Amino acid sequence: MAMVNFKRTFRTGFLNFSRNSLVSLSSVLVMTITLCVLGGVLLFQHVLETTLVNVENKVDVTVYVVPGTDETSILTLKDKVADVPEVASVDYVSENQALADFRARHADDQTTLQALDELDQNPIGAMLNIKAKDISQYESIAKFFDNTGTLGTGSQSIIDHVDYSKNKADIEAIQNILSNGRRLGLVMTLILMLISIIVTFNTMRLAIYFAREEISVMRLVGASRSHVQGPFIVEGALYGFVATLLTLVLFLPITFWFGSHMTDFFGGVNLFRYYLGNILSFAGILLVFGTGLGALSSVLASRKYLKV
Amino acid sequence: MIYFKGVKKEYPQGSVALEEVTISINAGEFVSVVGHSGAGKTTLVKLIIAEEEPTEGTVMFESLDVNRLSGRDLTRLRRRIGTVFQDFKLLPNKTAFENISFAMEAAGKSDEEIAADVPHVLDLVNLLELKDHFPGQLSGGEKQRLAIARAIINQPEIIVADEPTGNLDPISTYEIVQILKKINELGTTIILTTHNRGVVDSIGKRVITLEKGRVVRDDKDGRYMI
Repeated sequence: MAMVNFKRTFRTGFLNFSRNSLVSLSSVLVMTITLCVLGGVLLFQHVLETTLVNVENKVDVTVYVVPGTDETSILTLKDKVADVPEVASVDYVSENQALADFRARHADDQTTLQALDELDQNPIGAMLNIKAKDISQYESIAKFFDNTGTLGTGSQSIIDHVDYSKNKADIEAIQNILSNGRRLGLVMTLILMLISIIVTFNTMRLAIYFAREEISVMRLVGASRSHVQGPFIVEGALYGFVATLLTLVLFLPITFWFGSHMTDFFGGVNLFRYYLGNILSFAGILLVFGTGLGALSSVLASRKYLKV
Repeated sequence: MIYFKGVKKEYPQGSVALEEVTISINAGEFVSVVGHSGAGKTTLVKLIIAEEEPTEGTVMFESLDVNRLSGRDLTRLRRRIGTVFQDFKLLPNKTAFENISFAMEAAGKSDEEIAADVPHVLDLVNLLELKDHFPGQLSGGEKQRLAIARAIINQPEIIVADEPTGNLDPISTYEIVQILKKINELGTTIILTTHNRGVVDSIGKRVITLEKGRVVRDDKDGRYMI
């Protein structure tokens, strides 16, 4: 009997959806707007996170090694630094590589290059570019070098200088931007989601308000609460399902336009490519949210009229 | 079968719909409840199906106090009562067939039973040819016959009809009364509220007269007397 009831509930839900075409259409449209907001928020989060990660990746601490230090000592230092828990990665740039990089950077500056050619030896020492696991950990990494001044082979330190203190203010500013950016993104997401949920819930409430007489009649002819409520839940979930399909289709031209015109503005993020690459995840999230919100709104909105 | 013991119903605005009503209705009876508009007829019906709660007193269905039933038991009780309303209260987005099958589905009947019984009852009220019509496509008389078909489909022990002929022309009224009499002859208890003198006199059975919420007359072989 449970299976029969299940089938009847679905059949009635589908029938109600198709027969109440005007109510269904308006509910689907409102739900589509809600899901577009959700989809937009997901894309915004991605753009924001990519931008923030890009900024974060640009931050590092560079340890300049005294020119002429033998490579074995530098590699030993590199291994020791890599063992520091806060360190995510250490890149070793040899003296020759550092010189080549310097020349490439100053390719248009002939005076500097000529001055460099005049020198007998490479004036640029090797470097260790250190990235922390978290931007807040650069200070403790810098302190590691303050506390280990004799990291050389003898009593002489092989470290020429660490550029942390020079960049400290910039790093702290970026750290603030990152945490505020994430917080702002989260707050905006929550506000938009809340507004969307309230709008959808009220639309469903209105749709069920139109059926309030019907609900009371059903109860008076002996239908149980679940028998009355079931088809409304299916109907609400159907609104979500159809709205999900509409939203997924709508996002194709929208993200295509953003991908064609706004990629540079979004720091290199091509929204269309990102959307296509993640369309299944999008579909999953929108479907769960849309059908869940539709069904839940139906449950809450119909409860009031079931008390007959 | 149905017992009202000292029932009073007062609505929030302070208007008293029923006062000191004590009546009992036995199984198999055909009882007409008459009175002017506002006499308390509809409130009486609403109390039987527990759509309203009495302010004082109790309404019993056999040994059950209808206002002390759990939600599930109340649902079961309503399946034992067929209700017909003046404004039909049909489900507008369901066809004639579906309106009746809904009541059967609610009572947990199988698809086979529905397929067998619904055409039969539609035929009984002469609506078989209109089974795929929606209520909006039916006349007043047809709607009321459909409402009666819905009320009797689960073979209830009692039919409560609240002014079922109130919105109907004389021919439709006659048809509805004939159907109700036929149902009563088959053993179902009928409670009919009406202010139609002709209907009451043509039935010639027990008549309870309400006036300003009180029972002022209860005649076994009654006629309409106000």
